[in-house]
Amino acid sequence: MKYDVAIIGAGITGSSIAFELSKYDLKVVLLERENDVAMKTTKANSAIIHAGYDPKEGTKMARLNVLGSSLIHDYAEKLNFHYKQIGSLVVGRNEKDHEIIDKLFERGNKNGVPNLKVLKTRKEIEDLGETNLHEDIDYALYAPSAAIVSPWEMCLSFAENAVKNGVALKLNCKVNDITKVGDSFEIETSLGKVESDYVINAAGTHADDIYKLVLKEKADKSFTIVPSRGEYYLLDKDEGNLVHHVIFQTPTEMGKGVLVSQTVHGNLIVGPDADINNATKDCVHNTSKSMAYVRSTSVLSVPSISFGSNIRNFAGIRATLKEYDDFLIEESNEVKGFINFAGIKSPGLSCGPAFGLEAVEILKGIGVQLNKKKDYEYVRRPTFFKDLSDDEKLEMIKKDSRYGQVICRCETVTEGEIIHAMHEIIPARTLDGIKRRVNSGMGRCQGGFCGPKIFELLMEELHLSYDQIYQDREGSQVVVCRTKGEN
Amino acid sequence: MNFLNVDLLIIGGGPAGLAAAYGAYNAGIRDILIVERDHRLGGILNQCIHNGFGLHRFKEELTGPEYAQRYIDMLKDTSVKVVSDSMVLDLSADRVATIMSSKEGLRKIQGKAVVLAMGCRERSRGAISIPGDRVAGVYTAGAAQKYCNIDGYLVGKRVVILGSGDIGLIMARRMTLEGAKVLADVELMPYSNGLNRNIAQCLNDFDIPLYLSHTVTDIIADEDNKRVKKVVISKVDENRRPIPGSEVEFECDTLLLSVGLIPENELSTKAGVILDKRTRGPLVKDNLETSVEGIFACGNVLQVHDLVDNVSAEGERAGLGAANFINNGEVKGDLVEAVPGEGVSYLCPQLITKEGEYVDLFFRVRTPTSNCKIVAKVGDKVVRSIPKIKVIPSEMESIRIKKADLLDKKVVVQLEAK
Amino acid sequence: MIKEFVCISCPRGCNLKVDTETLKVEGNSCPRGEAYGKAEVTNPVRTITSTVKIKGAESPRVSVRTDKPISKQLMFKVMEELDKVELKAPCKVGDIVIKGIFGTDVNIVVTKEMKGV
Repeated sequence: MKYDVAIIGAGITGSSIAFELSKYDLKVVLLERENDVAMKTTKANSAIIHAGYDPKEGTKMARLNVLGSSLIHDYAEKLNFHYKQIGSLVVGRNEKDHEIIDKLFERGNKNGVPNLKVLKTRKEIEDLGETNLHEDIDYALYAPSAAIVSPWEMCLSFAENAVKNGVALKLNCKVNDITKVGDSFEIETSLGKVESDYVINAAGTHADDIYKLVLKEKADKSFTIVPSRGEYYLLDKDEGNLVHHVIFQTPTEMGKGVLVSQTVHGNLIVGPDADINNATKDCVHNTSKSMAYVRSTSVLSVPSISFGSNIRNFAGIRATLKEYDDFLIEESNEVKGFINFAGIKSPGLSCGPAFGLEAVEILKGIGVQLNKKKDYEYVRRPTFFKDLSDDEKLEMIKKDSRYGQVICRCETVTEGEIIHAMHEIIPARTLDGIKRRVNSGMGRCQGGFCGPKIFELLMEELHLSYDQIYQDREGSQVVVCRTKGEN
Repeated sequence: MNFLNVDLLIIGGGPAGLAAAYGAYNAGIRDILIVERDHRLGGILNQCIHNGFGLHRFKEELTGPEYAQRYIDMLKDTSVKVVSDSMVLDLSADRVATIMSSKEGLRKIQGKAVVLAMGCRERSRGAISIPGDRVAGVYTAGAAQKYCNIDGYLVGKRVVILGSGDIGLIMARRMTLEGAKVLADVELMPYSNGLNRNIAQCLNDFDIPLYLSHTVTDIIADEDNKRVKKVVISKVDENRRPIPGSEVEFECDTLLLSVGLIPENELSTKAGVILDKRTRGPLVKDNLETSVEGIFACGNVLQVHDLVDNVSAEGERAGLGAANFINNGEVKGDLVEAVPGEGVSYLCPQLITKEGEYVDLFFRVRTPTSNCKIVAKVGDKVVRSIPKIKVIPSEMESIRIKKADLLDKKVVVQLEAK
Repeated sequence: MIKEFVCISCPRGCNLKVDTETLKVEGNSCPRGEAYGKAEVTNPVRTITSTVKIKGAESPRVSVRTDKPISKQLMFKVMEELDKVELKAPCKVGDIVIKGIFGTDVNIVVTKEMKGV
């Protein structure tokens, strides 16, 4: 089958574009080299929907951030992914900080960020409930439209709506080559050849590698992606109420500082740093240097963070563009019909659906006929069992008794939910795939107790053998052999 | 929703919960219900298939499952009821538990008294912020034990173990016997956190080297970022900071973590039970009653034990405490505070009632110490002093004090030179 | 010659000194320690705990042990024998899996009750 549009990469950018394009009479394919969506930058970041005062006025970043933030607010309700509009504070403590905050306020207003306010006294800040901030802090930019989100759930939700409405999702599909043949493209993948009239490159840290494939001998015309690694702490829910807004530090020439925020699941997230020296495109590792930086920097805004309550460290890779401080979103000048969405670093997550609208505009601009589908069916994420009322819980158990069996005790995730995750529109087939959908293993014991149980459930329900059960990436076996000489 | 009343509700059917039921039953309570989240009773003992349990309690050496079976048999033909595959989702201060199971759906059960016996969980990689790649192949020793002893799988074939707690040592032997190669056991402290006998029979028997004063400083993934390929360890200085240049690399596919246990107190907190920052378990009186009237605690949810025999003893005392509460109500009168002094990291119980002749205070020392004495003081007066040839943090100590000697608001227990 | 051992008879883990010629044991706190010390220099023995395959039970393995300590040298050989065993549920604590393994008086016994499913 020949597609109208092939999207490369099922992170938040590619999934959002697929979602928007699925609303039109188009044949769309979404190609992802990993075994699930949201597997790279989308799954490891601050999980913040920024208000949009940060990007310079007039940039694509500024426009798409402000638009995306309001779209995500609406979609969270419509599609039922975890999202909480808790607002953000950029906190400052001296004259210099005050000036920068005032400038951010002006910039935010120009960018169209709603309801921004500068809080000029400690009392105004404390009145918002922030009583645990460093005693020096006396000035803040308050952005009530900022929010927190479950990034992988949002991405999954967009991708599954796309699939539900006709987009073909190909997982474990690595793009090896792209050739323009006549007016369309031939994409060689690990799953065979895919043909398409247009290609949208949403390959994140690999966007330059993908672009070079189609540029062939003109590869030097490609932009360059510089991976930047950022490390985080994720603390126990006991610490989740330390702050009630996303707390940013005042950005300086030295960097943006680190943020402290609640997560949608009630944990406390602290980070990131930004390291381009120890970053590669695929390897996300934690270093003691970065972790020390995050600890020592974060306590400048919230001194009482108890790092002894840490339950997980992680690192994310961001795709920054060399010598270019905006998203690069445009049809290639070299190869017509090839559209780049490159350099999607922060606030990329906050743009989400706005990328989809942008893709529609670009396709229209190059003469693609776009007709809206008459019947569009939205699918909603299932509500977590633990968030249901007692009556709803009883009802679920009555329908399927497996909802009465708790598998993940830290997060109260039931067998019913785990089985359901294996049969979703985009089904989970790995321990971490289940985790991203239902939150199992996200808690204090980090899967120590529920891991072996979910391992068994995956084998039983999907009729897989032990060596086909992966922790996360394809091939990342959980166990290596049976005991007692059994095969 | 169904609402049920029982005299004693016990949350958790592991060694602590079983002993609590036994203790309460012997004290005359008949309407006892144990709620167990797993399919079978016995808790973590079911996967602890090694021997070494029961020397104190039963005067013979049993394996974990055998030890559990003893208590299960002791409760057989009694009126103690058990609901298994049932999770307590919520617990209120008025002792109403919300219990869920596939069979019964949701129920609320109120106990005249409640015993918390939920056990503990293992600290994971995040709790100690191990640097390195984030890939498959890093497990807690307990998870590896479940895979191995219950489900029949090996999580890896070439293994490095971080932490020399007993579960880590036991797993070194288990995985070796099952055909894996255990390359090293790495311990941050200059001494082991496990029992000496386990170092002897789990490491030395198999020539597995123990690296004291070392820690894992890097985890390196294979080329495809799928699985652990190398673990790097470094020597640490006296401040437990890695010393650059001291790195040793191990080619392996697995890192097992045995880096401590944390009481599992989610439910306790929901009921408003106050926790002790030191033990991370409930603050209790010597009848093992928590800060919430009628709610008792025992076993690893109260303080992390190293011997199941002690868990059972504590469970039976909690059962007795709960029985007395059901029969006679709250223990009245002033309380004496038990305060850990020099060299002692915590004391449990933290509060002492006037009831009874004596109190046993349990604790751990901070560092290994030779030729010392454990001293209990009320004001300036030494009320008890026990000479010790050697004390180590991995072995729980106790001191018995006559209540008649507690003539002040607090008693301090400390370690002193001989 | 004096050899040093950590006694494994109980959690106390006494440091033993054993004279290999006279078999005199020092450092023990109980008779079990003395017996252990003597055995360590003559014929060291260990209790082996492991699992065997089981069919028709809630899990695919059931735990087993030697009912008394067996020569340390036989540890891995015993493990090989255990590989060959497959039980059928139900079974209960104490059921003999292998009687008198390798011609010794040591039996392999079940340590966990397994009901049939």
